[in-house]
Amino acid sequence: MSAATVSATRHTKKKFSLPVSKIPAVVAIGVFILMFLYGQFAYGKFFRLGTVSTLLNDNAYLFIMAVGMTIPILTGGIDLSVGAVVALSSVVGGSLAVAGVPWYLCALIMVLVGSVFGLLSGTLIRYFDMQPFIATLATMYLGQGLAGMISTDPIQLLDGNAGGLRNFNYTFTLYDGRKANDLDVSVALLIAIVVVIFAYWVMHRTRSGRTIYAMGAPSKQSADLMGLPTGRSLQLIYLLSGTFSGIASVVYVAGVGKAQNVMGQGWELNAITCAVIGGTIITGGSGYVLGTVVGTLVYTTMNLIITRDGRVPSTWMTIITGIVLLLFVVIQRLIIVGAERRTRTATLASAQTVDPSAAQTDVSAGAGAGTGTGANSGTGTSRPGAAQATQRE
Amino acid sequence: MSSEKKKRGGPAIPKRLLLTIIALVLLIIIDVIKDPSFLHIGYVNGGLNGPLIDVIRDSAPFLMIAVGMTLVISTSGIDLSVGASMAVAGAVAMQFMHNTNGTGLGSALLAIVLALGVCALIGAWNGLLVSGLGLQPFITTLIMMLAGRGIAKTITSGENTSAVNSAFSWIDTGYVLGIPFAFILATLIVLAVAALMRKTALGMMIESVGVNPEASRMGGLKPKRVIFSVYLISAILAGMAGVFTTGNVMRVTPSQTGLSYEMDAVLAVVIGGTSLLGGKFSLSGAYLGAMIISLLEKTIVWLGISNAATPAFKAIIVIAICVLQSNFFTNALKKMRSKKQSKAAMTAAREGAAA
Repeated sequence: MSAATVSATRHTKKKFSLPVSKIPAVVAIGVFILMFLYGQFAYGKFFRLGTVSTLLNDNAYLFIMAVGMTIPILTGGIDLSVGAVVALSSVVGGSLAVAGVPWYLCALIMVLVGSVFGLLSGTLIRYFDMQPFIATLATMYLGQGLAGMISTDPIQLLDGNAGGLRNFNYTFTLYDGRKANDLDVSVALLIAIVVVIFAYWVMHRTRSGRTIYAMGAPSKQSADLMGLPTGRSLQLIYLLSGTFSGIASVVYVAGVGKAQNVMGQGWELNAITCAVIGGTIITGGSGYVLGTVVGTLVYTTMNLIITRDGRVPSTWMTIITGIVLLLFVVIQRLIIVGAERRTRTATLASAQTVDPSAAQTDVSAGAGAGTGTGANSGTGTSRPGAAQATQRE
Repeated sequence: MSSEKKKRGGPAIPKRLLLTIIALVLLIIIDVIKDPSFLHIGYVNGGLNGPLIDVIRDSAPFLMIAVGMTLVISTSGIDLSVGASMAVAGAVAMQFMHNTNGTGLGSALLAIVLALGVCALIGAWNGLLVSGLGLQPFITTLIMMLAGRGIAKTITSGENTSAVNSAFSWIDTGYVLGIPFAFILATLIVLAVAALMRKTALGMMIESVGVNPEASRMGGLKPKRVIFSVYLISAILAGMAGVFTTGNVMRVTPSQTGLSYEMDAVLAVVIGGTSLLGGKFSLSGAYLGAMIISLLEKTIVWLGISNAATPAFKAIIVIAICVLQSNFFTNALKKMRSKKQSKAAMTAAREGAAA
């Protein structure tokens, strides 16, 4: 992704017709293929249907969570509560299932727990001006605490009624290969596919999706000033990510067959990493649902290779994830800084030609920075002028 | 928005401190109602003991992280990695004393210096990424929050390392003149930080950068250096908090030590009246905030509520305070007041007309 791409994706409507903005996702696909080739040459027996099936079926929950995380990140927000929602929802569903509630009802309640948490985070952010990371940090601890109140012991979902939740892990064998080399599709994976399609539809085919992208613009007030329903969309964003974590919880609990209050610790980092690898800019405004899917594939393949390799101790996993995330965030940052420099010089050049209007935009930019939060004001000052510069070009 | 708050914040701070003290007293009253022995203070083996003494001893790590977090937040950043830094500090200290079998004072001091040094590296890393590269504080420190636990696990090879060193343990459990040494040391450190902030220009620089980094840069400050130093101080203080918590039990549990302390720190800052949007900060507020958290932890144990439920209480308090601080709430209050006033004015006018 070149510097010019970012500046182009920033403030043009042509974003969807520009293939260049999809470059990160394309690069991620390349990395994914390279990793598979590496796995094949280094360990053998990697390029198999069995490997692909395990990769997809075991990580169905992560696909759902990563897609859910992409949506808040697109607006420059974040949802830190996803892991805690998984924990709480699993404990709620598990204890209900053990108490004899029908499994399909349990699953529904588990998803609703996620929705309620998303709604809570959204309300705090929308009406009470809390920054997303503070609000979701609070809901994260709220979720962990509530989960701990319900149960601190693992709840085993054995056969009988409680085992019904495991139906979501039922696996169809599509192609029966030799030596356990089958192409399997679990119900969990099908759910993940439905979620991805739904998210794709919301983000890329509806007005709400367009509004969410607009809210990720560098100057945060622009979407509001355009008269877009930003408040409602804020609520929708966190409702979606919360609900998706609820679904992820159902899928994960079905897979492992137990529920516990310490489940999902640190998963927010995994979800963010997947989204960022897939080309979602951490400061918002650019990214794709399908990019996140590719990012998740890359991330899970990386984990698979590390596990296959066996030389890396498991305690290093979070460190490696952190480093990968950091690497991508730093690359994004460098690209953005480069783009800013370019637009700044462009602004200077245009300011010399058209003096009065440029001066005017500077004034409005200064006012915008004054009302915005301190963190944004530094970067916010140059943007309105920059937007005008591109228009004039 | 923030500037408006500032105007009101200036004279309101003493009032807020008063509210915090009222909250402290209320919590103590709740505990006393549950069991009057809460106020009991005894004297055993050269030190005072009793629930209240436990509270001030256990406040030491909270004081450290609350002060560090206050400084970070007033630059409109956040340090989510304080809990992980505590675990790393504990892991370094414990592993060092465990490996060298050091039981003397020198070994304890060396362990502390090492622990704080490693935490300083973590802080420098955070600070460099935030100030130098301009990454968002929460993403930078979130990475460190989770990777830090991995680092701590790597240091102890995934074990819960314990060590024997009476000097190290004395830092948290010892007494000076009957008062827990941890409390005294933590208070001294807070006073030192306060002196650094208020007797030099650093405090004002931090506030200035928190309000508007670009304006402070144009005003001749170096926002990058200020931001870097804030993360450095926060991590070193978190390291000290780690020394306190591991000194208490002489054991580090990489996955548990310092867990959810970042929430405690945010809570202390919010209670202390520092705006989460950056700008003015109040160290005395953070001090009282840390005291409240320590008391709250004790209260939860005292009332017999499960330990695992603690985060939920803290989250509810943070949410409640943020809701009370929000414009939405103050606007609603204003509306109610203006309605009342207009009603009063109307009735007054009517009475006047009648007369």
